[in-house]
Amino acid sequence: MRTIRIGSGAGYSGDRIEPAVELAEKGNINYLVFECLAERTIAIAQNAKLNDPTKGYDALLAERFEAVLPICKKNGIKIITNMGAANPQAGAAKVREIAARLDLGKLKIAAISGDDVVEALKVSDTKILETGAPASSMADVLVSANAYVGAAPMVEALANGADVIITGRVADPSMFLAPQIHEFGWSQDDWDKIGKGTAVGHLLECGGQVTGGYYAEPGKKDVADLARLGFPIAEVSEDGAIVITKVEGSGGKVTEHTCKEQILYEVHDPKTYLTPDVTADFSQITFTEIAPNRISVTGVTGRARTDTLKVSVGYKDGYMGEGQMSYAGPGALARGQLALDIVKERLKITGVKASELRFDLIGVNAIHADVLAPAPEPTEVRVRVTGRCDTMKEAVRIGNEVETLYTNGPASGGGATKSAKQVVAMLSALFPREKVIPVIDYLEA
Amino acid sequence: MKLFDIAHSRTGDKGNISNISVIVYDQKDYERVREYVTPERVRAHFKGIVNGEVVRYEIPTLGALNFVMQDALGGGVTRSLALDAHGKCLASALLAMDIPAKN
Repeated sequence: MRTIRIGSGAGYSGDRIEPAVELAEKGNINYLVFECLAERTIAIAQNAKLNDPTKGYDALLAERFEAVLPICKKNGIKIITNMGAANPQAGAAKVREIAARLDLGKLKIAAISGDDVVEALKVSDTKILETGAPASSMADVLVSANAYVGAAPMVEALANGADVIITGRVADPSMFLAPQIHEFGWSQDDWDKIGKGTAVGHLLECGGQVTGGYYAEPGKKDVADLARLGFPIAEVSEDGAIVITKVEGSGGKVTEHTCKEQILYEVHDPKTYLTPDVTADFSQITFTEIAPNRISVTGVTGRARTDTLKVSVGYKDGYMGEGQMSYAGPGALARGQLALDIVKERLKITGVKASELRFDLIGVNAIHADVLAPAPEPTEVRVRVTGRCDTMKEAVRIGNEVETLYTNGPASGGGATKSAKQVVAMLSALFPREKVIPVIDYLEA
Repeated sequence: MKLFDIAHSRTGDKGNISNISVIVYDQKDYERVREYVTPERVRAHFKGIVNGEVVRYEIPTLGALNFVMQDALGGGVTRSLALDAHGKCLASALLAMDIPAKN
């Protein structure tokens, strides 16, 4: 039975660099996948591309490739990543430049695009899922619209000998599924296998979140050596058998429970996990420890994929202003509350136009509102005021009113900070699959 | 006792929807958690944060429940004014729920 090993080199765009190097050096892997494209990142990258056609790919692309490309080339490891963001071709060109500079010899790089459907959406009556309004009605504020593309174009690029694949918006699990389909020749409508391969992707797509990252609860769920957390490896066999593990000697741990937390992460109905490739069913999944840090995954099935692709829609949503200030020592809570009352009144008196305002006491109710019973009075609180405005000018005034607490507010406030920013928010829509045509460009170094 | 004593949890976000898993450490506690931690109790627990419907999915093979909470993230993770816009800390709030000790 043939088996391949797939490593996960990043769980988000800003993730640690060296765990991927460790995987490439010591993980005995065949593929290294980097998931670096959050929903909103692509909308922001779109703006970067508009300002400079050679930009719009992930800001850490060069640093990550410089770190892993020489080792991957030496060990015959293929790399798949969505670090192409809004501009996969420019990302691929950057990788070629790095390969040439490091004198790595021959390298075939595939850039996969075609996910950008913003122009089509601007004139489309496709409904925005959250609001029910037709997409065309928000044409003037739309910044980006990217369809979640599936594994197919990546499988094609691998079949054509790509060593590195740089994509724009593709579904995260699809990047892990593609090498399984390619290596094992699975039919793309063998739904059970595609379901299993998708479970592999879902378990690995957040990097360290399945190897003990985002898991530790001191005294109850202890995890050793999180500063040297090892990123995950999936061992997959031709028949769909799966083992989740990590590099021996690295930090963290892979247990039944770390896998349980991750398989349900960002899942709604576990029977119906929708991707562009399949409707995966995790409802009967089981995890079994077969050796320390080796978890066998069974019980995943799949059903036919849907006819539509999810589209992530970025739009300009006004401005957000914020100010913060700390109070400490005896009476901190009362002074913090007084500060909030003063700012609330000041925003009224000075006529700041905000469609939504929020007043928090960090350390008291900023995170869990009033869900938890009141605790003993804290020795430090931090006042936080935020608001949503139509213009930058209005948004700036919110932080200013917090800052003026220095000389006009309660005693002994300190550490004021303020900020204001434009908000690019995201909505979603379902777009007919046949209207999204993936494009593959090849570059050779 | 608190749910924290017998279960662990992770929050995920999609738009304005938050999902929270509740996973028992020991399978023998699953039935008790399944009986007590109902969608109605979870919705009441998150009063003031969750404004929409709460649906519960059961995954007995994992000893897990998955709560999907609508209108839970201040209008959506990319536009929320909240300090924790993703609602990532909500898992810890759910684990603070009191649960009757075993008979």
